[in-house]
Formats: sequence, structure tokens, C-alpha cells
Amino acid sequence: MLQSTAVPIPIEDIDTDQIIPARFLKATSREGFGENLFRDWRYSKGDVPNPDFILNNPTYQGQILVAGKNFGCGSSREHAAWSIYDAGFKVVVSSFFADIFKGNALNNGLLPVTVSPAFLDGMFKSIEQNPNATFTVSLEDQTIRNDSTGATFSFDINAYKKMCLLNGYDDIDFLLSLKDKIAAFEKQQVIY
Amino acid sequence: MGKTLFDKIWDAHVVHTLEGGTDVLYIDKHFIHEVTSPQAFDGLRKRHIQVFRPNQTVATADHNVPTINQHLPINDPLSRHQVETLTRNCEAFGVPLYGLGHPYQGIVHVIGPELGITKPGMTIVCGDSHTSTHGAFGAIAFGIGTSQVEQVLSSQCVLQAKPMKMRISVEGQLKEGVLSKDIILYIISKLTASGGTGYFVEYAGSAIRSLSMEARMTICNMSIEMGARGGMIAPDETTFAYVKGREFAPQGPAYEEALAYWQTLYTDEDAHFDAEYVFDAADIEPMITYGTNPGMGIGITGHIPGMDEVENKVNYEKSLHYMGLDPGQELLGKRIEHVFIGSCTNSRIEDLRLVAEFLQGKTKSDHVQAMIIPGSKQVELQARREGLDKIFEAAGFFLREPGCSACLGMNEDKIPAGEYCVSTSNRNFEGRQGPGARTMLASPLTAAACAIAGKIVDVREYLN
Ligand code: SF4
Repeated sequence: MLQSTAVPIPIEDIDTDQIIPARFLKATSREGFGENLFRDWRYSKGDVPNPDFILNNPTYQGQILVAGKNFGCGSSREHAAWSIYDAGFKVVVSSFFADIFKGNALNNGLLPVTVSPAFLDGMFKSIEQNPNATFTVSLEDQTIRNDSTGATFSFDINAYKKMCLLNGYDDIDFLLSLKDKIAAFEKQQVIY
Repeated sequence: MGKTLFDKIWDAHVVHTLEGGTDVLYIDKHFIHEVTSPQAFDGLRKRHIQVFRPNQTVATADHNVPTINQHLPINDPLSRHQVETLTRNCEAFGVPLYGLGHPYQGIVHVIGPELGITKPGMTIVCGDSHTSTHGAFGAIAFGIGTSQVEQVLSSQCVLQAKPMKMRISVEGQLKEGVLSKDIILYIISKLTASGGTGYFVEYAGSAIRSLSMEARMTICNMSIEMGARGGMIAPDETTFAYVKGREFAPQGPAYEEALAYWQTLYTDEDAHFDAEYVFDAADIEPMITYGTNPGMGIGITGHIPGMDEVENKVNYEKSLHYMGLDPGQELLGKRIEHVFIGSCTNSRIEDLRLVAEFLQGKTKSDHVQAMIIPGSKQVELQARREGLDKIFEAAGFFLREPGCSACLGMNEDKIPAGEYCVSTSNRNFEGRQGPGARTMLASPLTAAACAIAGKIVDVREYLN
């Protein structure tokens, strides 16, 4: 369960090149990408903070990022999920996520919550009226509540991924436990 | 009920199914590159495990490499570090590497097919969204994130829910000057940048079947630009002829055996698709994009949509503002400063031949900077053998060395802020080709014609 204020970016089709531009993908570790999250929107002329961009506005804080539909489209770079997580977000809400981004987020403890367009709209409105509006996300119940309006939305999540997130299980441990089965599969498999 | 091509291949690779429908999918071939693999190798080190099947992974350096003087050390220390890390990881874990200086080096989605590594019926993944390219051979190929790269390295499998299936048919004959790039830009403009999300696409129809393998790769390459997980085309005589005799293709009796299997790879007549679209090839003209996602494309003689024609006006305004264009505007005649011919979409030998043939006897406009980046070392050498580099030079172009280059602007090849680039790559996102760069996606022929004219033109006026 997470209750938090949220940072709204009501733009559609936010692609991974906006989330983390390619020139910041040169690192060989997973850490430190948060600094460059939305780099080219956050800074103009390279490093002058753009006061109009929401992440530079101290009024808006929180562990929930709310964005327009088709969030995370474009490249498969997991750096996009890393940078959002690294910047302190735990949940991203949109009415529609690009597939690869959604999977990458789930693999990194960042929960993508898909809500209806109407619910999303309600979230943007509540934040507009009150930047301190809070939202409550329950992974167990698969619900998100707009605490200002009381509206609740039940979201879908892959059952296996939910189990992993709740229990801190890891895909690779699971796959490694299947090694014998994979080796047996290989015996009957012909690859040309 | 019959099976789709996709089902046939997917089902043959399921090792295990989890409750709730996620499959453990066996991966036949795994491609890696320097940008999305280092953290995955680190993960293996932390777990003290080896690569499970090192010979089923192939590595190359492409995203971050310079495209001139590749024989010299890389200038940028971060890029150099990333490329060296790949080399070290491949050595440590026994993964074959076609790195800088190797005759097989090139963009990962160009070298797989040209070496015969990519074959019908395979499952192929890579930490790169344009892995969909390999689907042109009738393979299930899709991009994955770094966590999944680690999954494949450690188990040769990925955890993946089965996507829905979509068929897109293009029927009839293409008009002159219309290339496969125009087909896919047209399809994306109709379906939008998110219209394929959740689906795996099969491209079918007589117009698709008439295409060469390289042209088919261009189509499958951009499947991801409408959000689809991947795209594929049933293998046929064109496919078999292309694969035959390549370095890693089966030879002799093994080829015959493979062929017999490949010939079973088609969608049964009574198979079900979750979504279907049919387009008429004759409706397609040379295409160009005007906005900041690949769905924002128009026929070259068309107008950018007016304000009243779009749904999300805020997004639309933001996008056109970035591009410095006005709603309702025509693009023909618009001055451009750069032309980029390259990327895994259009950098194969056929693309270069087509461009060279077009450029013969012409010279580029003085104010245009033109870059031609071959997709691989083999493409580069072939182009030089055929004398294409001489034609390019005479026209004011310059054939560089292989890599992703200005497709994503990780190396020095960037488009300056505010300037326009007609590009044969696949993404026109804000800043994709460099901060502030304005990208217009088009076919190699359209790009070449724009370079000559110094502005946006209809290539058909230059043919014959
Ligand atoms: S050429 Fe561009 S799209 Fe293709 S793999 Fe390289 S960066 Fe990605």
C-alpha cells in the first residue's frame, strides 16, 4: 500500500527518448540515471533548469508519476524505468503503456498502473485543484483511489508479476530453478 | 481451428506455462550490443553464474561507435568504456563478438540476416526494440529490456505473456517511386503510434510478397513504431533463396531438412486474428513525417493536418512547435539542412544501390550536409566493390563506416538544434538525432531527392 501525492505530466506518447535521451545511456551500471530523467524537458541549453517543467516545480512532489496515454513508447532501453525509479517514483499511472516499458518497469519494482481515460482525467483534475491531492495504491487489492474524490479504479496486473513484486521474487531465480526442464526441452528441439 | 504463423513458432518454443498465462519461452538466438548488456553481465557476476548457452548469443558494437576512423581508439571516454566493457564481458563469458574492426561488425539487425544467423521459425531477442526486423524471415523476434537480457544469458529463456495477433495485408501493385519504407510509414500513419500495442503483427498480401528480403526487413523493422511487439512475414521462395549459402545457414542435407520445416511456416486459412487491416498498395505515395512520432506522417504532396482535424490539440501544438511547422501547412518546398541515409531500417546494400543509381550524374544542394552510413562492414565493402562510394562522392555525399550513428545520436553524428533532417531511420522523436534536431522520416529515394533539391520534393518528379 502506498499513499502519496503525484507529479502530473499530461502529455501523450511520451517516448523513452524523452524519458532518458540516448546520450545518457553510456553508463555501465544501473544507478544514477534519475538525474537525467526528462533531461531535455528539464533543462534548456544543456544545463539551465527550465522553470516551466513540472519536475523543477517544488509544488509538485510525490512517489507517483501520472502521464498521458501511450507512455514509454519507443526504445526498449530499461534505462527509462531505471531513471524513473532512481528519481524516487514507485508508481507510474497512465491510461495506456507501451508493452516493453511496462515489462521493464515491472522487472525493476516500478509499478505501472493502467487506468481508464476518465479516471486519469480525474487524477489530473484533482492535482490541478490541489497539488497536495493524494492517491492510494494497493497492489494486493489491485486498486488505486483518488483520495480527493473517493473514486477507485481496479487495475490489471499479470498474476506472476504481482506475486514477484509482493514477495520480492526474482525472475532469474525462477528460471534457474527450471534448468533441468529447459535442458530437456533442448534435447527435443532442433535449431536450424 | 488452424494456427497462425505466429502460433506455430511460439507454441514450438514454450518450455513451461505459469498460472495466469505467462510462458517460459525458449530463445534460439540472442543478439547483444554495448548499450543494453553491461548491467545484465553485472547481474550474472553478482549471482556467480555463467552464460547458459554462450554460443546462442552473438555480440556486436554498433550504437556507440564512431563512423569515421574506426581503426583509431574511440575519442569519447564514456563510449570507449562501454565498447571495451562489451569486449571484456564477451571474453569473460565466452560469447562470440563481432566488435569494431571485425569484418562482420555492423548494426545488430543488419548483420544477423546477412550472416544467415537469422532464419525462419526461430525465436530471436535482443535488448533493442528494432529486433522486430528479423521477423521478415518468418521468425518471432522482439526487443527486450536489460533484465530480460539477463534472463536469456542465464537460462536461454524469457518470461513472456503471449501477445494478441494482428494481420495487416497490403494488396496490389506499388506505384513508381514508392518503396517499402513508404508502405510502413503509411500503415503507421493509419494505425497511429500506439495502434499495434499488445499485438504481434503478420504482414501479408500480394504487395508484401512482391518485396525483396531487404525491403521486407524495412517493414518489419518499424512494427514497433506503432507499438506492436514485433512483425513477421511468412517465409517463401524469396526468403529461402536469400538464406541459402550464407555463412551460418545450414548446408547440404541440413539445408534440405531445414527447408522442409520452413515450408510448413505459414498461417492456416482458418486461423484467427484478433485484429485485421487491409490496405490497397495503389493508395500509397512517397511518405514523409512532419511531427514527433512516426505515426505523424503524410503523403509527400499532402498537407499537415489542420487544428480541427486532430483530437489532442495540446500534444499536436507541442509537436508542431518543436518541428517549427504550422497546422495545415504543405511540406513540399520546405528547406532542409541535412540528409541521413542509414540505420537498421535502410542501410543495406539494396538501399545504397538505389540511392547511388538515383544520384548518378547529380550533385547535392550546397546547403545540405549528407551522411551515408552503411549498416555493416560487409555492406560497406560491397558498396566500395561496386564503386558506389565513387558515385556518392561525385554527388557530394560521403560513405562512412558502419554503426547506428545519427539514428540515435549517441556518437558524434548529431543534427544541430533547430535544423531539419530528412532521415531514412525509424524515429522522429524530439531530440532523437541530437538535442533540438528536427527529423523527417522518409524512404532512401525521397531522402536522396531532397538532398539534391535542398528542400522537400516529390521523388517521382525526378524519375525518368
Ligand atoms: S540503427 Fe537506430 S534503431 Fe537501429 S538499432 Fe541502431 S539505434 Fe536502434
